[in-house]
Amino acid sequence: MPFAHTVAGTHYVFPTLADLLAKATPARSGDQLAGLAAESAQHRVAAQMALADLPLRHFLSDPIIPYETDEISRLILDTANTPKALTRLEPILSLTVGEFRDFLLSDNATPDRLADLAPVLMPEMAAAVSKLMRLQDLILVAAKIRVVTRFRTTIGLPGRLSTRLQPNHPTDDPQGIAASILDGLLLGSGDAVIGINPVSDNVNSVTTLLHLIDRARQRFEIPTQSCVLAHITTQMQAIEQGAPLDLLFQSIGGTELTNTSFGINLSLIEEAHQMAHSLNRATHPNPNILYFETGQGSALSANAHHNVDQQTIEARAYAVARAFNPMLVNSVVGFIGPEYLYDGKQILRAGLEDHLCGKLLGLPMGVDICYTNHAEADQDDMDTLLTTLGLAGVNFIMGVPGADDIMLHYQSTSFHDALYLRKLLNLRPAPEFEAWLQSNRHPELSIQSLLNA
Amino acid sequence: MKQLIPKPLSLRDLTPARVSLTRTGVSLRTPEILDFSLCHAQARDAVYATLAIPSLLEALHQRQLETILVHSAAPDRPTYIRRPDLGRALAPESLERLQPAAGPIPRLTIILADGLSALATNRHAIELLDALLPKLQQFSLTPIVLAEQARVALGDPIGAALQPHLTLMLIGERPGLTSPDSLGAYITWNPIRNPRPNITDADRNCISNIRTEGLDYATAANRIAFLCREAQTRGLSGTALKEAADTAFPSNPESAVPAITS
Repeated sequence: MPFAHTVAGTHYVFPTLADLLAKATPARSGDQLAGLAAESAQHRVAAQMALADLPLRHFLSDPIIPYETDEISRLILDTANTPKALTRLEPILSLTVGEFRDFLLSDNATPDRLADLAPVLMPEMAAAVSKLMRLQDLILVAAKIRVVTRFRTTIGLPGRLSTRLQPNHPTDDPQGIAASILDGLLLGSGDAVIGINPVSDNVNSVTTLLHLIDRARQRFEIPTQSCVLAHITTQMQAIEQGAPLDLLFQSIGGTELTNTSFGINLSLIEEAHQMAHSLNRATHPNPNILYFETGQGSALSANAHHNVDQQTIEARAYAVARAFNPMLVNSVVGFIGPEYLYDGKQILRAGLEDHLCGKLLGLPMGVDICYTNHAEADQDDMDTLLTTLGLAGVNFIMGVPGADDIMLHYQSTSFHDALYLRKLLNLRPAPEFEAWLQSNRHPELSIQSLLNA
Repeated sequence: MKQLIPKPLSLRDLTPARVSLTRTGVSLRTPEILDFSLCHAQARDAVYATLAIPSLLEALHQRQLETILVHSAAPDRPTYIRRPDLGRALAPESLERLQPAAGPIPRLTIILADGLSALATNRHAIELLDALLPKLQQFSLTPIVLAEQARVALGDPIGAALQPHLTLMLIGERPGLTSPDSLGAYITWNPIRNPRPNITDADRNCISNIRTEGLDYATAANRIAFLCREAQTRGLSGTALKEAADTAFPSNPESAVPAITS
């Protein structure tokens, strides 16, 4: 069914819902690379006007990627189409996308009502409404939503900001990694997770690094959780070999083909989830176990985007995450490169879009506030995104020594950046971790004791 | 926040990461900020650097090596950044310049490319070739190709046109904050595939991080020459060859660093 809108005497036609969403998307290089972007500024606003008039009910009957060919489409529609889900969605289905924006910004959209919608909201609805929002809307709506998850620490409580301590090293050297872990712990980082990107995706590396974190955690009684960000099948093998795995990691995308290119599907994630759950390593009952990473552009990069714009596909990845009740979800917003998000302005908007869309779907959203050296961005851009995400209530950010990841060759946020945000906005670490920082165990930390743990 | 505990062992001795930075309040002190800014400035300048064509040509001609200049379909750096697909295709006038090579077999085409850091190619390519060429005497060289606005996969249309048995691309890698001049070497066996195009990154072998503070020229040359010889012996490159190389050079984890140039 085509969509159309006339502005200033020009009649614009959008043949499909996917095309309408793409043309309505604020400008970004990835949609231009894919040939999906609006051809002029007026074209874009015409699409936004047409989108604003579209009833949300329409999304239920017009999947942007066919139900028959994509298991994420099936997941999304099967979640939204049960009688119970439809009862929850009913109050918004008669709204247009524009009216949905107005509702979200109104006082009627209470945290409780938003939490009620979150388990069943279609990601395409969240993506659509975010395309009509300015940055202040993305911040104000997100700030109403708290998503709290638990393993050994509790992440996402009001007034809290957590960090993933990211102690990567170009050769996975245990001493080098321990030095970065110590530096981070001394600066109050690591309450969301201590998470290492390994150079070598093999069982022995993963197991060695998990033991490194686990020994330090036990010796100093650090309330946190470990993760080594290898492929999910490598982590499953590590579990089988008895590795002390806390959080289970996987990169995910918003189309079945993207996930195929990652070597995963929904049933594989579920199988691994059950394995990790059975280890019973959390202190909290009914813990959240999964750690997902996503990012706009991954589907196009894998030639798996079905001519859908990258922000809508990103929101669909959040439906995948939602199905597994994760501990942490992280949009690695500036990592995928300037062919997808060209400059600081595009990275800023994408980071706030991803955060809001994830929160609307009830996810514990963190953001890797970052850029590569071939993007038109610098530390000033990161400060802007960092500060606005703090105001929006982001659950966690990265903590990288000096913001310089010497393994992945990009710039993220530093331990000091997190301290800046905590100081500026009077935010505190997760309560269990905060108590540990004030305990007599924290002053005992030293590199010798970490290495000999 | 508590004071740092006095430590006999400096964290800086254990990792090249930016640990133990000095602070004022919760913020970094001025010298730390300026050091970071300088590193980022150097990385940015490297991204926008251009191949030093006259001096590269002079150095190659001094070594009695023939040369051909080509350009990708990306006309300039901003387009190159936004359109990786254009960086993987030859400009039409460059394609006309490449004729199938003759001469003894097996033939090898060496390509010097800017990639995301022409600085790396300008600094390291000639000295690396000096270490490498004596080890590759079983191959006959086609003219050396100098390629501007090039991605790794530009080696495939170059290979298809020159028809060597092997291409070796030396290309500037995406600059890290402390590595603006890191050179990568990509080896692709039989770039004339039928049906074309069906070459993926899994069909290549990569030696990464060739720079003064990283992999030295002699070591890099040994590894590249080993891969070239093995590719010829086995008639393949890529994942299968990587396993053999990891066995032969188990102490060189650089090869496992993910490719960031393509």
